[in-house]
This record gives sequence, C-alpha cells and structure tokens, in this order.
Amino acid sequence: MFFLDHIWLIPLLPALGAAIMFFFGRKLQKATVSAVCVGAVAMAFVFACFAVWQYTGYAHDNPGKPFEKIAYTWMGTDTDHMNYVKRDGTLAPCHADAGFLLDPLSAIWLLFVTGVGTLIHIYSTGYMAHEGGYYRFFGYLNLFMFSMLTLILGNNYVLMFVGWEGVGLCSYLLIGFYFHRQSATTAANKAFIVNRIGDAGFLLGMFTIAWYFGSLRLTEITHMARSGHFAIGDPIITAATLLLFVGACGKSAQLPLYVWLPDAMEGPTPVSALIHAATMVTAGVYMVARSNALFVLAPGSMKTMAFIGAFTALFAASIALVQNDIKRVLAYSTVSQLGYMFLALGVGAFAAGAFHVFTHAFFKALLFLGAGSVIHAMSGEQDMRNMGDLHRRIPITHWTMFIATFAIAGIPPFAGFFSKDEILWQAWSSEGGAYRLLWLVGYGTALMTAFYMFRLMFLTFHGQARMSHEVEPHIHESPKSMTVPLIVLAICAVSAGWLGWPHSLGGSNRFEKFLEPVFAREAEVFQAEGKAAQLAAGRKEEEHTNPMEYFLMAFSIAAAVSGFGMAWKAYRDAGKGYEEPIAAATPQVYAVLLNKYYVDEAYDYAFTGRRKVKGVRLGVMGLGDASSWFDSHVIDGIVNGWGRTTRLFGTFSSWWDKWIIDGLLVNGPAILSRMLSYPLRLLQWGLVQWYALVMVIGLVGFVFYYAVR
Amino acid sequence: MHNHILSIILFTPLVGALLLIFVPKEKKDAIRWIANIFALAGLLVSIPLVPWFWAQRFESGFMFMEGTPNNWIPSIGAGYVLGIDGISFLLIMLTTLLGWISILSSWTAIENRVKEYYIWFLVLQTGMLGVFMALDFFLFFVFWEAMLVPMYLLIGIWGGPRKLYAAIKFFLYTLLGSVLMLLSVLFLYFYNFHQTGQYTFSIQALYKTAPLIFHDPAYGSTFAILLFLAFFLAFAIKVPMFPFHTWLPDAHVEAPTAGSVILAGVLLKMGTYGFVRFALPFFPDVVMHPKVRGWMIFLSIVGIIYGALVSLMQKDMKKLVAYSSVSHLGFCTLGIFALNAAGLSGSVLQQINHGISTGALFLIVGILYERRHTREISEYGGISNIMPVYATITMIMFLSSMGLPLLNGFVGEFTILQGTFMENWKWAAWAVPGVILAAAYLLWLYQRVFFGTVTNPKNEKLHDLTPRELLTFAPLVIIAFWIGLYPKPFFQILEQPVNQIVYTVRGKDYPGVQAVNASIRPRDEAGNAAAVQTALNQAALNQAKGTK
Repeated sequence: MFFLDHIWLIPLLPALGAAIMFFFGRKLQKATVSAVCVGAVAMAFVFACFAVWQYTGYAHDNPGKPFEKIAYTWMGTDTDHMNYVKRDGTLAPCHADAGFLLDPLSAIWLLFVTGVGTLIHIYSTGYMAHEGGYYRFFGYLNLFMFSMLTLILGNNYVLMFVGWEGVGLCSYLLIGFYFHRQSATTAANKAFIVNRIGDAGFLLGMFTIAWYFGSLRLTEITHMARSGHFAIGDPIITAATLLLFVGACGKSAQLPLYVWLPDAMEGPTPVSALIHAATMVTAGVYMVARSNALFVLAPGSMKTMAFIGAFTALFAASIALVQNDIKRVLAYSTVSQLGYMFLALGVGAFAAGAFHVFTHAFFKALLFLGAGSVIHAMSGEQDMRNMGDLHRRIPITHWTMFIATFAIAGIPPFAGFFSKDEILWQAWSSEGGAYRLLWLVGYGTALMTAFYMFRLMFLTFHGQARMSHEVEPHIHESPKSMTVPLIVLAICAVSAGWLGWPHSLGGSNRFEKFLEPVFAREAEVFQAEGKAAQLAAGRKEEEHTNPMEYFLMAFSIAAAVSGFGMAWKAYRDAGKGYEEPIAAATPQVYAVLLNKYYVDEAYDYAFTGRRKVKGVRLGVMGLGDASSWFDSHVIDGIVNGWGRTTRLFGTFSSWWDKWIIDGLLVNGPAILSRMLSYPLRLLQWGLVQWYALVMVIGLVGFVFYYAVR
Repeated sequence: MHNHILSIILFTPLVGALLLIFVPKEKKDAIRWIANIFALAGLLVSIPLVPWFWAQRFESGFMFMEGTPNNWIPSIGAGYVLGIDGISFLLIMLTTLLGWISILSSWTAIENRVKEYYIWFLVLQTGMLGVFMALDFFLFFVFWEAMLVPMYLLIGIWGGPRKLYAAIKFFLYTLLGSVLMLLSVLFLYFYNFHQTGQYTFSIQALYKTAPLIFHDPAYGSTFAILLFLAFFLAFAIKVPMFPFHTWLPDAHVEAPTAGSVILAGVLLKMGTYGFVRFALPFFPDVVMHPKVRGWMIFLSIVGIIYGALVSLMQKDMKKLVAYSSVSHLGFCTLGIFALNAAGLSGSVLQQINHGISTGALFLIVGILYERRHTREISEYGGISNIMPVYATITMIMFLSSMGLPLLNGFVGEFTILQGTFMENWKWAAWAVPGVILAAAYLLWLYQRVFFGTVTNPKNEKLHDLTPRELLTFAPLVIIAFWIGLYPKPFFQILEQPVNQIVYTVRGKDYPGVQAVNASIRPRDEAGNAAAVQTALNQAALNQAKGTK
C-alpha cells in the first residue's frame, strides 16, 4: 500500500518542481528545466498509475469504500473548540484537513490529468524551445499540476477550493505569460476575476453545506445526504447546490460566466490545451460529480444545470461556426463541449458526463496541440483565412488532427461518439422525455460541431494555399517532441471511448461500472424515495435496449456526416477571398455570430464599466468612481468641514477674546482708569530733576512752615 | 526572566531611544546601527516568549502577569499591571517583527534628522507594545495616548507634501475618540467603586462590574449603550471603520514608508484589539443587542465593499493600498461581531495577516517610491522587466492580500466568512463581493505597474531589490506561507481567549459555550454562572473522592 499511503506525494512532486523553478530556475539550463519539470509530472503519472492500481486492490477488499488519507489538520484545531452553531442548533467545528481522497471518480481524473499533463509537458519542450522565460513557463505548468491534483485529491471542499483557486491562479499566470502584450494581461485579469465571481458562489455554497451538515468533508456529506434524512427538493440543499453550480459555471465556462475562456487563448498554445481544454475547465464537472449525492436531492438545481449546459453548448457552437482564428474556434468548441457535460450531469447521467470529460480530454488536447503545431509551422499565424493546403507539408499534424476531429464530431468508433451519444441518449430518455427539448438542442449542437470542426480542418489543411510568400517557405513539420505526444493522443482519441462501449452495442461499459461506487448509491435513494426521484435522476438502465436508442444513434451519426458534407461543399476548394455560406445567406446573423453576440461589449457597458454609456460610467467602475467622489467630497468633506468650523469658531473666539473679553472687559476698565488717572499722571511724569525740585520746594516749604511757626 | 519578560520586551526599544539621545546627530551611520540593533534586540527578546507561551497555550486567563493592581499610583487605583493572552501574544509578536522590519527598511529612506527619527520610532514601538500588554486601564490609556505623539511627529516631520494636514488630522481625529472613551472609563471607574468600594483601574476588576450597568435600574440599557458608543467611537476611528476612515488615506499617503508599515500593520490593530479586549467584555449585553450588533455588522460590510470600490479607482498606489486596508479591516470587525469562536478566531488571525500582507504592500510601494519619488500608477508600467525579483515578491504579497488559498489571507477570510455565515447568511453574502473586488483592484494595479513594456524612460535604469530590502521581505513571505499552509498553531493559541470572550458575551445559553465549558477555566470567579458550575462540579468531585 506504499503508493496509497503516500498519495500526497502525487501533488507534491510537481510542487517541488515548481519550487525548484522558483528558486533556481533562472540559473538553470533549458535541458535541466525540462528534465526537472517533465520528470516531476511523469513521476506523478507513474505514481498515480500505481496508486490507482493499489486502489483497485483496496476496493476489492472494501467494496465501494473510498480511500482516505489525512496528512494533518489544516484549518481549525484538533480540539474542535473553534466552532459555530449549525442549523439544527447543535455545534459543529470549523475544520478542514489536509486530507486526500481516492475513489473511482478521482482515480479517473487523476489518470487523465497526469497522463495528458505529461504529454503536454513533453510537447511544450518543443513548442517553447525558442521562447524566453522557459523556466518560468515550466514552473507555472508544474504549479498548475500541483493545484489540479490538489483539487482532485482533496477530501474536503476547502482543500478542493485550494486547488480550485490554485488552478485559477496558474491560469492567470499562464494566460498572461506574454506579459508584454496588453491583450494578454487583460485576458489574464478577466479570467481571474470572472473565476472569482464563481468562486464567491462556491464559497457561499460551502458555507451553506457547513451550516446544514456541520462538515465540509466529502465522504461525511455524501454519507449524510444518502442517509435518507433529507427530502428531495430540500430548499437549503437546492440553494447550496445552485451556489456550487455558480462556482462550476465560473471554472467550467458556462453561461453567463463563460466570457473568460475564449480570451484565455492569449496564452501559449500548450497552456490552452492543458488548462483551457483538457483539465482545469473540467473542474466544475468534477465538483458537481463529486457532490452528486447533494445534487440528486435538488431536482431544481439539476434542471437549471441541464438547461444552462444545453444552451451553453448551442450558444458557443453557433459562435464557433464563423470564427476565423483557429484557437478561437477551438475555444468556443470547448465551451460547447463543457455544456454537453453539464447537460449530462443535469439529467442525472453523472457517469456519462464524466465519460465525456475523459474522452474530451484526449481529443481536445490533441486538437489544441495540433493547432499549436500548425501555428508553429506557420510562424505564429493563427488566422485560418491565411492558411490552407497544409496537409502535405505537415502530414503528422494533419492526420492526428483529423482523428481528433472525427472524435469530436461523433463518428464511430472514435472516442467522442460513445460519450456524446451516451449524453444525448440520457437527455432523450430521462424523466420520461421531459428533457426532449434539451435533446434537440444537443442534437443541433452536434450538427454544428461537425460543421465547424470540418470547416476548421478544410480551411487549415485543404483548399488552396492562402498564406503570404514570406511564411510559405518556412512551413515545416514540428520536431519529435511535439509530434510524438500528438500521435499518443491520437491513439487515445480513437480508443478511449471503447472503455465505455455501451451495452446496446454489445459492450460492457466498463467505465460506468468502474464509477458505480461513486454514483451507485443514488439508485438506493431513488428506490427509497419512489418514482419521482428516479425520474429526477433519469437513470433508466433497463431502457438501454430500447430500439429508440439505435435510431437516435444512427440519427446522430447522420448529423456528423451531414456536418462533414456541408463543410466539404463550402470549404473544400477555399481560395483567397472564399465565401462563408452563412454570410452569403444571412449577413446580419453572420455579423452577430462573428461578434459573439456582442456579449463582451454588453458586459463592459453594464458590469465592468470599461465602456461608458453616453459618457457615464456604469458597472463596478462607475460605482467605484461614485464612491471615490462620495469619499472625498461627502465623508472627508464632513470631516474637513468639522475642522474648518472648529477653526472658524477658533478665529471668532480669538477675535472675541481679543476685542471683547480682553478689549472691552479687561482692557476697557484699564483704559478707563488710565483716562481717569491722566490728571494724576501729570504729577508723575518721571523727570527726576522735577521730583528733586518738588522735593526741594516741599522741603523748603516744610522747613519754612516750621521755621515761621 | 520568565516573570519579567513582558517588561523586558516593552522597554528594550525605549532603552535604545534613550541611548540614542547621547549619540551626536552627525554620526548618522552609528545612529542607524544602534537603532537597528535595538530593533532587532526587541524582536529577539520577544522570541523566548514563543516557546514559553506555546507550553501554556491551553491555559485560560492572562499569563506572564507582572505587577499587582493599584501598585503604581495607589491613591487613584492605577497599577503597573502587564499580562497577555493568546490574542495579545500574537499582536505583540507582530509588533516586534514589524518594528524591526520598518526600522531596517528606513536605512536609506531617511536622510534628514536621522537621530530624532529613530528615537521617535523606538518610542513608538514601546508605546504600541504597552497597549497590547497593559491590564490596567490607566496604564493602557497612557500608552494609547503616548503612542500618538511619535506617530504624529513621524508623519509631520518626515512625511510628504501635505504632511502637516495629515499629521494634524490623524492626531485630532484619534484624540477625539479617545477623550470620549476616557469619559466612559471614568464612569466605569466610579461605578466599580460604587459596587465594590474600591477605586481601581484594573481591567480584571472592571470586567466584573462593567457588564452590570446594562441591568442596573439606576442607569439602564440606553445608558450602557451610550457608554459603549464612546468606546466604539475611539476604536472605530482607530480601526478605522466606515465612515471614520478618511484620516487613514491621508496619513498613509503622507507618512514615510516605515510609518505606513507600522500604521497599517500595528496601529490599526489597536482598534480591533480594543473591541476584543474592552468593548466586548465590558458591554456584553450591549454588543448582543440586535440593533447595536446590526449597525456594527452594517458598518463592517459597508467598509468592505466601499473600501474596495474606492480602492479600485485610485491613481496613487499608496492610497490604493490604504483603502484596501479599510476593506480588510472591515473583514476583521465583521468577524468580531459575528461573536462566535470561528468568526473571532478568524478576525484575530486576519489582523495578523493584514499586518503581514499590507505591511509588505507598503514596503513594496515604498521601494518604488524611494527609486522614483512618485507613486502615480500611470508613471509606471513594465516594471517586471527591470525588477523581476521585486515583481515576484509583489505578486506573492498581492496574492496573500487577496486571499489566495495556501497563503495567509485565505485562512483568515475563510474563517471569518464561515463564522459570519453561521450567524446570518446574508451578512456573509454581502461581504463576499469584497473578495472579488480585492482581486480586481490588486490585479489591475499589478497589470498597470508591472506588466507591459517599459514606456517611461525614467524607469529603465531602476535597480532590483538590494539584499537589505530582500531581508525585510523574507520573514513576511515565510510567515505568509506558514499561516497559509499550517495555521493550526495560531488557532490553538487563540482557542482559549476567543472562547472566553464568546463565553462572556453570549452567556451560558449559547451552545458553543456549553461545549467548551469543560476546557475553559473562567477568567474571574464572580458573576459567572459557569464558573460557579465548574466549582460546584469540582466540589462534588472532591466530595465523591472523599467518601470513597
């Protein structure tokens, strides 16, 4: 059990790598930096594999039991006297451990995060080879791995939040990696602040849970939530889960907090692949799946989540239809795919959501890395209008990306087909069909996905060469360090879906079976709570053999194929100044889509205040201006006014003192007496001779008087 | 040594100040060395307190007591009584650390009137330490007022262009509050005489009688509220709570860097400390009065949001940091008036955190100011190209200040918000936007100062941190990580005093009190039902033993 008992080493290894970069990175050779950082993540991957392997043994002995390892008490004291009164009037401690939790759910995340992470680290050694700040880049990447692994392995919400904010920080640092560019640093700030809005929701959700359950430990909460003491639709649990979902919206880029993700493409491309496609953005899905015991008790939250997920999927896919920047298309595609995942969670298909996260990690990382390879070959060009006909020049990138495109478009037997189809089927079949509208939305999204992905492929790799003559001679296939990860990911993008080969196609869906201990207990809750609950969760295993399922499957394959066909028709021969079919049909719609529904502009007017409405700033900056004015004019005005009044009073007092008190009352009598005494003063005017004369006269008079008498 | 450790810590800086008087003012380097040695000595002599206190951290009541009540001026009942609990222990350690750091950071910043500068700084240090140690209100008040003078001079002599305005504003504003507090205390003093027949300023004696006023038919609750308001005004100005905060930005902007560090790091904590040490135990029923408490919470929340909003729009870096203090201290007072163990522990810890992070932020601003003599944000840009080490440390301290997990700020904010939420979820919900805004104003500042390319030619030749400057940051960064990664020792130190206060304020009906009663040995014997209960239990236990 060495690897399980030392599970804390998994996040610690990349943390050490980051620490080494922090202290010594500047003096290290590039080769050393690569060795340390790639080595740390690769070791974490190996460690994770062994830990999961040992966990399967552990789970065999303790069926359905997660493995927990507590390193030390982090928040609070061991005596638990730092307490508060929870909702039922009893006490609960403020407590969170530095503890780690391994169960099937975290195992899956652990494996693909370290696995994909390692590949992307290797890729980055090639991609970043000629960039400045090499050690800084790898230090941040390792720090990201540490945060992500903490998020996955934390055994309580607070530690999960540590990873949650940590990945946000790394995302900020890496989006702003090219910190000379104003656009990059602005995008970084936007990412962090929008995420913080979500985090505020997460925080309040956590507090609600702590108030209601008196604990923040995941296993305890799950246990209590499944104990049957809580009714389905409990308003407090609904509030808590909605707040958690706000957090998930921030991190996983759902409406209305998705705005940061497209801008996050300012970062280096491996970052987009690792953080903004494969791993970090799925943290929201992970958190909701982790809290499945709570969400199951809150059908209102589930419904909200399903609707927001579905409409985010459609919304983002529609924007992706017309974007010209290769990374932006992929960014909106990510938002859209994340929407699918939340749709799955919302209809209660937690395993399907997790499955799509898993397959998406491979094919979307591959797409981004492929895009990176294209950009690398094109000397930094990202605009697809200036590409075309690259398939012969960079064949490995071309073929691997095509595999990923097949996967995301949902063409069997590539990975995406299985996971996406599972989600669509769950959406169709759950709650006796109440979510059929969402199925339709999901289906429409699938069609759009196929179209915009094949559009991307044709514009980039086929048609006529549209690049400038300076760029053209330099086009080259990427080095091995970049192509090998592409090939490995391509293999995964083909085969990862087979883990979830559905029953209806004669498979055994090992993926879902593996996750059963995490989600299975729901079934018991439903049985106890009756049919309503079952409907709410929408898990209808027995319907898996429904002929409808085969029909829908064929239907969604048809969507993928028709998306391909439409893209083929429109872009196969795209030359300079090619025509966009949407622009040709409805230029107004095209303009709206190209400008992303003007959401960024609206936010800038209404919320941030970066743009003024008729010269007036609204939003937070407007409030800030108003507060500043209020502070300096009103509050400080009162203080200074008080001071001035006092001084005025002082001046008046001093005048009063000088002229009235001292002048009239004190000096007045003095002047009066002086005036009155003036006659007497005449006698005393200080001339000594005069005094002497008077004295002599007096003396003479005196003597004379006595003499005469 | 053990018995006089507090006096030794208290007077070490003063000895340094006295010694400096005899050094000729031309020998600037000698003066600097002596001042630094005494500042470091002040820190070093406080370090033995750490293991000694740690050994007794689960004891209740005051420790390391010195002096007996009324021993100083027996005729009026004033005594030289010192003693600390977990709360004052942490604040004292913060003071000695920041005192050393500020004096170290002044080496090149202060060029004129060096001798007076260091003398006043060391006197200030003694004054602040005295405030946190005094257990006699007379003594407390002496330190409280005495420390105003050196601060006034530090701002007024070594300050910026509007130094006189700022210094006078600071002095008068603070004095205004303390005068009313003095009146209020005099009432408590005579009331105590009325109740016990003894004239004393001993805080422990006043703890017993002051809470009775609320229920005394001769005065009544309204009168007790007025007495509380006098204390409130003094402390709210010091904290500063909205709307008594406008002296702070002026004082900060004009003060020399080291003065700002101490002002933000320690002086503001006197206000929050005053609430915890005096206002809450003196007036438990007033504090629990829904209207009074509601107003306190309201002002705290307004401070959090408003401070952050004003901070966002500042054009002067130092002013920005100053307003961020208003926001952060809002969290501290919010935690205090949550009045449960979680909120109060978080609040005290956040006070320490604020001292560490905001102290560092002022040092950070000071470093640029010393090089460029301007604090206008628009004068900078792209600094991380020229001063990478400085930029890194700034980033860490910004993150600490905005409450990023695994750094200190998060632990405090989280605990405060959790404690507050449990009292009333709406309070926490209103305070949480402060966390978002903190990220906004700090990251925006960072972007404008550090990111981008160097556009101002004057910034091209700035040199990175010197070893001395790095040394001033090192302890702050280490402590920031320590509290973030392993805050348990801090929470343990706070457990006893915080529960004692919760116990005093909320009374025996509060379930939190009942649960921890077993571990608390009440600070005073009289008037506390639980203490009697414990004593009775003890007696019953003894009897049981006896019969066996």
